[in-house]
Amino acid sequence: MLIGISLISFFIMHLAPGDITSNEASFNPRASEESRQKLREIYNLDKPVIVQYGLWLQRISKLDFGNSFSSHQRPVLWQEKDKNGNITKGLIQEALPITLMINLLGILIIFSISIVLGTLASVRQNTWVDRSITLFVFIGFAIPGFWLALLLMYWTGVVNQWLPISGLHSPGYLNLSATAQFLDLLKHLALPVFISSLSGLAGISLYVRNGMLEVLNQDFITTARAKGINEKRVVFVHALKNAILPLITIVGLSIPGLIGGSVIAESIFAIPGMGKLFYDAVLMRDFPVIMGILTIGSFLTLIGNLLADLGYAWADPRVRKGLIQ
Amino acid sequence: MSYALTEFVLAILSIFQNKMFLRNFAAFLTLFFLISCSNNSSQDIDYKKSYEKELGGEIINAMIGEPSNLIAMIAGDSASSAIAGNIFNTLIKYDENLELEPELAQSWSISDDQKTIIFSLKPDLKWADGQPLTSHDIYFTWKLVTDPNTRTPYSSDYLLVKEARVIDDQTFSVRYEENYAPALDTWASLQILPKHLLENEDINNTFFSRKPTGSSFYQLDQWVSGQQVSLKKNPLSTQGEANINRLTSRIIPDTSSQFLELIADNIDLMNINPIQYQRVFPAREDLKKKIALYKELGNGYTYLGFNLNKEPFNDIRVRQAINYAIDKDEIIQGVLLGLGEPVASPYKPGTRWNNQSLKPYPYDTEKALRLLNEAGFTKNKDGFLERHGKKFEFEILTNQNKQREMTAVLVQRRLKEIGIDVNIRVIEWASFINRFIKTGEFGVVVLGWSLSLDPDQYNIWHSSQQGPGQFNFIGYKNNEVDKLLENGRRELDLDKREKIYHEFSKILLEDSPVVYLFAGYGLSAINKRVQGIKSPAPPAGIYENTQEWFIPKSLRRNEIAY
Repeated sequence: MLIGISLISFFIMHLAPGDITSNEASFNPRASEESRQKLREIYNLDKPVIVQYGLWLQRISKLDFGNSFSSHQRPVLWQEKDKNGNITKGLIQEALPITLMINLLGILIIFSISIVLGTLASVRQNTWVDRSITLFVFIGFAIPGFWLALLLMYWTGVVNQWLPISGLHSPGYLNLSATAQFLDLLKHLALPVFISSLSGLAGISLYVRNGMLEVLNQDFITTARAKGINEKRVVFVHALKNAILPLITIVGLSIPGLIGGSVIAESIFAIPGMGKLFYDAVLMRDFPVIMGILTIGSFLTLIGNLLADLGYAWADPRVRKGLIQ
Repeated sequence: MSYALTEFVLAILSIFQNKMFLRNFAAFLTLFFLISCSNNSSQDIDYKKSYEKELGGEIINAMIGEPSNLIAMIAGDSASSAIAGNIFNTLIKYDENLELEPELAQSWSISDDQKTIIFSLKPDLKWADGQPLTSHDIYFTWKLVTDPNTRTPYSSDYLLVKEARVIDDQTFSVRYEENYAPALDTWASLQILPKHLLENEDINNTFFSRKPTGSSFYQLDQWVSGQQVSLKKNPLSTQGEANINRLTSRIIPDTSSQFLELIADNIDLMNINPIQYQRVFPAREDLKKKIALYKELGNGYTYLGFNLNKEPFNDIRVRQAINYAIDKDEIIQGVLLGLGEPVASPYKPGTRWNNQSLKPYPYDTEKALRLLNEAGFTKNKDGFLERHGKKFEFEILTNQNKQREMTAVLVQRRLKEIGIDVNIRVIEWASFINRFIKTGEFGVVVLGWSLSLDPDQYNIWHSSQQGPGQFNFIGYKNNEVDKLLENGRRELDLDKREKIYHEFSKILLEDSPVVYLFAGYGLSAINKRVQGIKSPAPPAGIYENTQEWFIPKSLRRNEIAY
């Protein structure tokens, strides 16, 4: 499976015209074609694609993701030490934790808020509560995130100076205490996390709402109510448990999404995450970086699917029974 | 099949582009907001009074991209060269009037046969780590840039050196096979690297590129990946002491965010666009009070280039007609909001190489139509021009650059008025170069050249430079121009050179292989706490004397983090 994915991505990548030597900076009358040809030879870009793929497969089988083609030559995945003991960090190694942190915080916020909103909307179906929640989530979904981001940056950063505008740390954050550093980071992450969770909020809360409505109309709920269990228990224990089961699948499927950042949000907030790394690599035709991210992404997708299936079986006895039979 | 897949990939890329388009639109909406809102919280500082020079302080600027590698000969991106330029020295440099002056060298002399240049270095030069900087370092750097294993695109100029010699610790000479007039210019751009630190390193992959030791005003203090690069003063600087203690460059890819940081006073300096210059700032008194705007003519121009190997662009009358039919002033007003200059030669206006007697083709549709009629074009019943029953239509290609896209639209409109049907196609850069420019499969392009300060443009206009990947991709061939370019390369006498390039520019304008559209101004916004900036900008631009800038104590930013 992985080999199939990597083969396809490798070929698609090479079908796009151009390579690392054709970026805009090299379109300089001072740079000669001979030296560009030399570079292509060094990176084996003059060989047929299938040979290049073979070379790549050979390296990857030793878990060597190679070094970036771009002039910094940094390792794609993990840090390297040179003979003087200087450590050069890997590109993915640096970008991944940042993106993971933002996305995990985002998912946490999305799920905690949307379960509450969804449940509320289903219990008060067709009242003004339901309608206003639906309206709110749709507005959240429809509003262009980057635009809202700029407005919020202006409002919280320029007009009121409550939050920093962009970046991950304040200048001079190294002199702060550990707690202050953490608070500084949280302040910087507040807007990006809010913006990135806004669109997810809409989908998930409608999902919860509809799941709840379906469950609430089922016989066992009627039974529970008939037994005289109080309504709160019916809704939050009996119904909600069943309604959020499908969310396990969604969580599983969002695992690969965890490592993919949004190019636009990352550019606006000046956050050096995975989205920007990948986008720049595509524009530069930096093949080792593109392939590194794609391989890890597809690996995580497969793992995510597996985890979703396992989680479902763990949570739902009906699935477990079906598996045994 | 493969073609279809390529299109597919390009389609994906263009979705990115469309999102960017949406973003531009959103930025536009935000702009309204910016113009209409204003706050008066900025403290009352008198920027008008003149301040005494004081040492110290920090200047924070914003960059769009992260530098890749601080060894300039390998890096090639503008962020890298901007930072490396503060750390490393060259042998000689251009002064504010764009004349060559000594930097590491105290003087240089050229032999009578004009083939040998002898540089003599200033005494007691030191690297930032205290080691002496000698002509061995210069020789080492030359060796490095010409070494076939060095992954540099800039080797060709230095390969022309037949023999480089260390005469003694302070004297270095190079001998060329033939006279090479741009030689001095090439030594003004080669940053000298320390031999003692790089001798046993692989230059392509060395930690030095992230932690360099140089000899200029500043040295690297801290580099936080993807976020910022800070430089601090180098006490052993070979060029004397800079006034400001720290230069910090924050990496903020989005220019709207940069702008917000600027008006929130978190950064001191950024490059702005014409809309911000002409629309936002004039509407905001509070911003004008604390931020100064500067403009200076850049070292490049935007042009419309014809594929001269294709019908009908091989006909000089057609090219001239199109030149007459395009209103350059309209483009400068529309695209640059007036922040540009029309050009009539491939040299920066105001420099000695620019032939001032040349004037751009005026906007004259009658003349254009007359020329096209002479070339055999007549109007058909739809109002379009045609020749031999074929409608005059072509496609303008350009890359994803907003100014060039807007320029193409204005050109399209003007050409439609005289009966030429023009389509526009915008393509991502790498695809543009590989599928169209290298293969020669284009009709007309809108592109730009940014040029070095030496007038030699052999690579762009000489007829021998038409191979795939070479820079005369429009296929220009004129024997007279070839001869002038060859002579210009060999002539070291400045006045004679000037004559040669004035003549060359004149023929080029007459031939019209490209339509010069405009040379745009570089626009900077700098917080007024930074003093000592030359205004109006000298020919070399305001960034020529950054070491003389200073920030008075009373205007400094709070050193404690907010």
